[in-house]
Amino acid sequence: MTKNLRVKSSKFVDETYKIYFKFNGKTYHGYKGDTLASALLANDIHLVGRSFKYHRPRGIMTAGSEEPNAIVQLHKNTSRTEPNVRATEVEIYEGLEASSQNCWPSVNFDIGGINNFLSPILPAGFYYKTFMWPASFWKKYEYFIRKSAGLGKSPTEPDPDIYEHRYIHCDVLVIGAGISGIIAAKIAAKNGFKTVLVDEKPYLGGSTIYQNSEYFKINNQISSSWLDKEINEIKKIENLEIKTRTSVAAFHGYNFLLAREDLLDHLPFNQRNNKIRQRLLKIRSKKVINATGSLERPLIFDNNDRPGILLSSAINKYANLYGVACGKKNVLFTNNDSVYETAISLNSKGINVEAIIDNREEVDSKLIKETENNKIKVYKGYTVVNTSGYKRINKVTIMQLSKDGQKAIGSKISINCDCLGISGGWTPAVHLFTQSGGKLKFREEDQVFIPNKYSSDQISIGSCNGDFTIDEILLSVPKNIKQFLSIKKTDFENFQAHSSFNKSKRNIWLLPSDKNIGKTMPFVDFQNDATAKDIKLALREGFRSIEHVKRYTTTGMGTDQGKLGNMHALGIISETTGSKMGELGTTTFRPPYTPLTFGTIVGRNVGEYFDTFRKTPIHDWHVRNKAEFENVGQWKRAWYYPKSGESMHDAVQRESKAARDSAGILDASTLGKIDIQGTDASEFLNRVYTNAWSKLAIGKCRYGLMLNEDGMVYDDGVTTRLAENHYIMTTTTGGAATVLGKLEDYLQTEWPELDVYLTSVTDHYATVSVCGPNSKQIVSKVIPDLNFSNESFPHMSFKNAKIGKIKCRVMRISFTGEHSYEINVQASYGKSVWERCMEIGKEFNITPYGTETMHLLRAEKGFIIVGQDTDATMTPIDLQMDWIVSKKKYDFIGKRSLYRSDTIREDRKQLVGLLTEDPDEVLEEGAQIVADINKSPVEMLGHVTSSYYSPNLKKSIALGVVRGGKKMLGQKLIIPMENKKINITVADPVFLDKENKRLNA
Amino acid sequence: MKKKYSIFSLIKNAFSYHENWEKAWKDPEPKKEYDAVIVGGGGHGLATAYYLAKKHNVKNIAVVEKGWIGGGNTGRNTTIIRSNYLWDASAGLYDHALKIWEGLSQELNYNVMFSQRGVMNLAHNLQDVRDLKRRTHANRLNGIDAVYLNTEEVKKFCPIINTSPNIRYPVLGGTLQKRAGTARHDAVAWGYARGADEMGVDIIQNCEVRGIKRNGDSVEGIETTKGFIKTKKIGVVAAGHSSVIANMAGLKLPLESKPLQALVSEPVKPVIDTVVMSNAVHAYISQSDKGELVIGAGTDDYISYSQKGSHDIVEGTLNAILELYPIFSRMRMLRQWGGIVDICPDASPIISKTTIKGLYFNCGWGTGGFKATPGSGDLFAHTIANDEPHKLNAAFSLNRFVSGDLVDEHGAAAVAH
Amino acid sequence: MFLINCPYCGEREQSEFKAGGEAHIVRPKQPTELSDDQWAEYLFMRKNIKGIQFERWIHIHGCRKWFNVARDTSNDVIKAVYKMGEKPPTN
Repeated sequence: MTKNLRVKSSKFVDETYKIYFKFNGKTYHGYKGDTLASALLANDIHLVGRSFKYHRPRGIMTAGSEEPNAIVQLHKNTSRTEPNVRATEVEIYEGLEASSQNCWPSVNFDIGGINNFLSPILPAGFYYKTFMWPASFWKKYEYFIRKSAGLGKSPTEPDPDIYEHRYIHCDVLVIGAGISGIIAAKIAAKNGFKTVLVDEKPYLGGSTIYQNSEYFKINNQISSSWLDKEINEIKKIENLEIKTRTSVAAFHGYNFLLAREDLLDHLPFNQRNNKIRQRLLKIRSKKVINATGSLERPLIFDNNDRPGILLSSAINKYANLYGVACGKKNVLFTNNDSVYETAISLNSKGINVEAIIDNREEVDSKLIKETENNKIKVYKGYTVVNTSGYKRINKVTIMQLSKDGQKAIGSKISINCDCLGISGGWTPAVHLFTQSGGKLKFREEDQVFIPNKYSSDQISIGSCNGDFTIDEILLSVPKNIKQFLSIKKTDFENFQAHSSFNKSKRNIWLLPSDKNIGKTMPFVDFQNDATAKDIKLALREGFRSIEHVKRYTTTGMGTDQGKLGNMHALGIISETTGSKMGELGTTTFRPPYTPLTFGTIVGRNVGEYFDTFRKTPIHDWHVRNKAEFENVGQWKRAWYYPKSGESMHDAVQRESKAARDSAGILDASTLGKIDIQGTDASEFLNRVYTNAWSKLAIGKCRYGLMLNEDGMVYDDGVTTRLAENHYIMTTTTGGAATVLGKLEDYLQTEWPELDVYLTSVTDHYATVSVCGPNSKQIVSKVIPDLNFSNESFPHMSFKNAKIGKIKCRVMRISFTGEHSYEINVQASYGKSVWERCMEIGKEFNITPYGTETMHLLRAEKGFIIVGQDTDATMTPIDLQMDWIVSKKKYDFIGKRSLYRSDTIREDRKQLVGLLTEDPDEVLEEGAQIVADINKSPVEMLGHVTSSYYSPNLKKSIALGVVRGGKKMLGQKLIIPMENKKINITVADPVFLDKENKRLNA
Repeated sequence: MKKKYSIFSLIKNAFSYHENWEKAWKDPEPKKEYDAVIVGGGGHGLATAYYLAKKHNVKNIAVVEKGWIGGGNTGRNTTIIRSNYLWDASAGLYDHALKIWEGLSQELNYNVMFSQRGVMNLAHNLQDVRDLKRRTHANRLNGIDAVYLNTEEVKKFCPIINTSPNIRYPVLGGTLQKRAGTARHDAVAWGYARGADEMGVDIIQNCEVRGIKRNGDSVEGIETTKGFIKTKKIGVVAAGHSSVIANMAGLKLPLESKPLQALVSEPVKPVIDTVVMSNAVHAYISQSDKGELVIGAGTDDYISYSQKGSHDIVEGTLNAILELYPIFSRMRMLRQWGGIVDICPDASPIISKTTIKGLYFNCGWGTGGFKATPGSGDLFAHTIANDEPHKLNAAFSLNRFVSGDLVDEHGAAAVAH
Repeated sequence: MFLINCPYCGEREQSEFKAGGEAHIVRPKQPTELSDDQWAEYLFMRKNIKGIQFERWIHIHGCRKWFNVARDTSNDVIKAVYKMGEKPPTN
């Protein structure tokens, strides 16, 4: 039989709009406006989950984002499943399915509950002291520990929802739309500040909006009615943007904040498709107003965790906002006045309050009088010493408190109940303030930390600043905002606010019990099952800093990040060690304030937008012609072009042979291109390359090697002198951006006196490279007006030309060792020039080849690839490229480093050719090279950097680096693989056409 | 003798409501003089003190710590432990540490929860493949258990990785070291502290070093917030703040201190049972015994001691995580934090004497120091005790920056994480 | 994430910039005259200051100009921004 605890209609809940949902497989209903928690409570369900360590039954404890216990799994086994969702935050929608977590087989009967009985041997940190024997068993112990840990279950399918980012730049950001935030936002916006007001809840007005009581008045109106009018007014202000369901997650330096805006989670699934689920707001605000409110504190006593025990303010909210009674027999327990507000509320709605236990002896306020007038028994100077009821509280046991508050005295009184509301006073929500770098101070009177020093242009107002009551708020907020925004007058001058609260409070962090503390279960962190005795144990064992205690006991490490219990943990440490609260410090509040969905942080940067590719102007042609692609830096490069049925090996062999036998064509557009101009361009190149440039004739090309200042090879490429003061430099594909950055760095910071201008033109040109014995025939038909004779256009030279009306730059340069031309045209003509070459080259069997064939062809010639044959530990001398290091130049980048004691060693790793004993055996790139396999430990001399089967030489060839390799020509070495040894011989790295006949043919 | 921890001691103490446990370590005031003072009470510093006392018979030792022990990078890292490094020197160093890890819980009688769940490193492009194969071959010949996996094998070992060939950084393969894994970071500091304390080491917390007193080329002691402490040997293990201490002694080090960030998700039931690292996209992930996904990011590029990094780094890391693990999109970040790491130009550490007699530095571990903790402590203790490096840390001297004989784990693509 | 006041473009998000390490390390004019120790000092040794550091930044996704920043590395507060070639501020 389901019970109905709905007591009174509320304007926030639409009772004409029924919503059905499932909890643990059973169907219930609630109304539009309900949270899952309020709907469950209306059905008299308190037991929602099991705790982390002891698997104790736990119920709904709060009505907000600080909830530690009532966390559920939404939608099991679907792509929208979500673990650890707070029932207090989920707005119900048609089709919602929620289930309890961390229990098996069910929340009502959970095998893990046995841990509760084992709890005497499972104190804080027990796992550090055991599971060590036998040593090899940790893996087995850990298997069970891991299985029993965790809370909900991760999704197992990709997320169907969409997320996005939005940037907001504003003058004033107001965080929290309670009464303080609303007043602040109104003042700011009306004074012309571009203002944004955000609140995590779906409604505005915080807790004042349901404060319907004669005892709280503003200008003689009941506070909620007054605030309602204010809300209606601010909604009309133009330069005020209001965002509900928006939770500020992080407050970084320089007033940079991140907030999550929920857009879909309250809607039924059929209304969610193709819409944005959550938006990450990246807010940069000139000024920030923290109006984040405060959180009610629980009280710490034996068995304070049973289902049916809630914060008093939560009971009040469920009654007033949702029209739900949390119990039929309510008992309230407090150390301050705020439970009396709850009691009067409940009473006015006909909800029975059995008794109030107040640990203060002498209390006197209007509220208390009114409560007593309503015949509610108030036990003054009493404390709760125990509760009972396994899955729902059924009784509280109380005793008198000694004068000093240290002991429970007198006889026990039992009071039957089905709900206990507790209030330990209020804690300002200073999380965001401290995240921003703000420093707190401790206020002794009511034992709270409040903002003291700000790290940026911001202010805290209202209860997050320690002003808890509406009279304090209306007095302080307008005044502080006026000063903060430097304005003269507000709409809130001379307001009369009246609150019946008396501020007295009897703060006892850990309430005494009649039992030895060792026999009690006073929970401080409800989710992680950390008790006050765990904290005391930690202190006893020498863990004295708050961070040590937190880590040893796991206090404050749950999904609620200790919003309820952290203060008590501090208090208990301070009392136990005799240190002062203010001097103890707090633990660091780390972002985010409430957990933030990964998808929201990532936004649209998923799938194809994660990190976009660069494609050449000829890319579509490669795709159409079935190229396989390789990722190089940001680029997609054609890797090889398999014909139907061809393996990669077959394709590369065919392409390589065609390029040497007749003609090959390569898309070289991805190579970095830097335009260098200025009267000092030659001098600049002298300084950045290892070789000399001053004497390079106009129209000539030269290969250059660039080092880092540490002497190691950094990049290479061909640079062409286009005019007296004009060069075009090419870089490697992956290095283009960093090379440009490095050149700019030296130019601007070391050599600002040089007259040199650098422009990246990589994207402006497409480069088509045609090589092979027939390349000249093809290119001369593509560019008929150009004289291609060897005399006029020798190897390593350049010509301006035209294809029809299209201007192009033609370089006769080669990375394959073949007679070869590179045609550079404006990018938009790239594809048509490529297609023209293909068309004309048809009769010569022109064969498109990709990067793999390019690598093979250059390896036949012993040309290096920076990054493959080098690894930032290779000097040009190591590469046997001494010829490129100018001895005459006084200096160039990296020169000095070539003469350090280690870099001049003769036995450094040096680049050599490697030939296998078996010409069909192709070495694995990365394989290690040794001389003596029997030596122990094995001495590795180097490794294979590049390796291919050469169809032109009809044998396997490889490049590698070998310690002292320069002097090892002809020497036999071994490559020890997992299952075999391969015999190799050190060879000249140039395997083909050492005389460069083909180049000049 | 401290009382031994075991299931029996837990049961026994349960009868007295755990009221009779003794302190894991004392909280002494500093003496006037020590034979050696270790500056920095992180895992490396405490381990150094532990091995100095245990293996080198130095009895009068203090560890001075500015804050609380284990509160720096020891308590802020993603706890990855592996030894599959490329260069012989690194492999020797890290595998020395790994071997100690394998018996550390028993040695310390403190469960550091060393969990050999394997570490995978992913290859996302052809050069990654070459580099990882090169590293695997080197590892095998150095006696380190590493194997190369193809894409299917990667998927088999960690089924939740997206191995579709069509993603931005497709998984082309990877390496696996099965002996590698994770450990409980706090326990390492606490276990070494308890062990060192038992041998008489004074662990002095909330004691900040303000200056290093020299007499010519030798050290005479340290100025601290708790007064002057006389000593002839100072071992500095103050990750993040190494340069600050070095500057007090008039030294400059080849270090830059940068923010490194990490984050954890809310806890969930076991979903990833190994450690997966992807250097190409700077994303490292594992799951703690508590159930949280532990995710490591890269460093910011600017020097900072503020223990806060930029949001861009975290966002970039999660971009990569969702690319490789699209099922985690609805998981939530519970907590993010930063640490300060000091980074050497070659991404290898310094365990070295200095030009000042009696002053030793252990620093420059960059983003990957946690894994080396036991080995680093052992070798640093050796270096301090003998005024000579052990052969396993000889390559990690300060002099390598002069000679040029760097241990470039960075340039060799095996980024030292 | 801080804001940096580029001397050429004005205040922009940190993400538009890239840091270039300690400033005012002048490349030796005559490297060949230096000992290995002196060269190592230039190449690798850094003050790595905790406190006000003079450092180089480039507006890499903007004007691509290098400039200097005086920043407190203990809390990332930027105290001053000045152009290349200018002397660091004294206060």
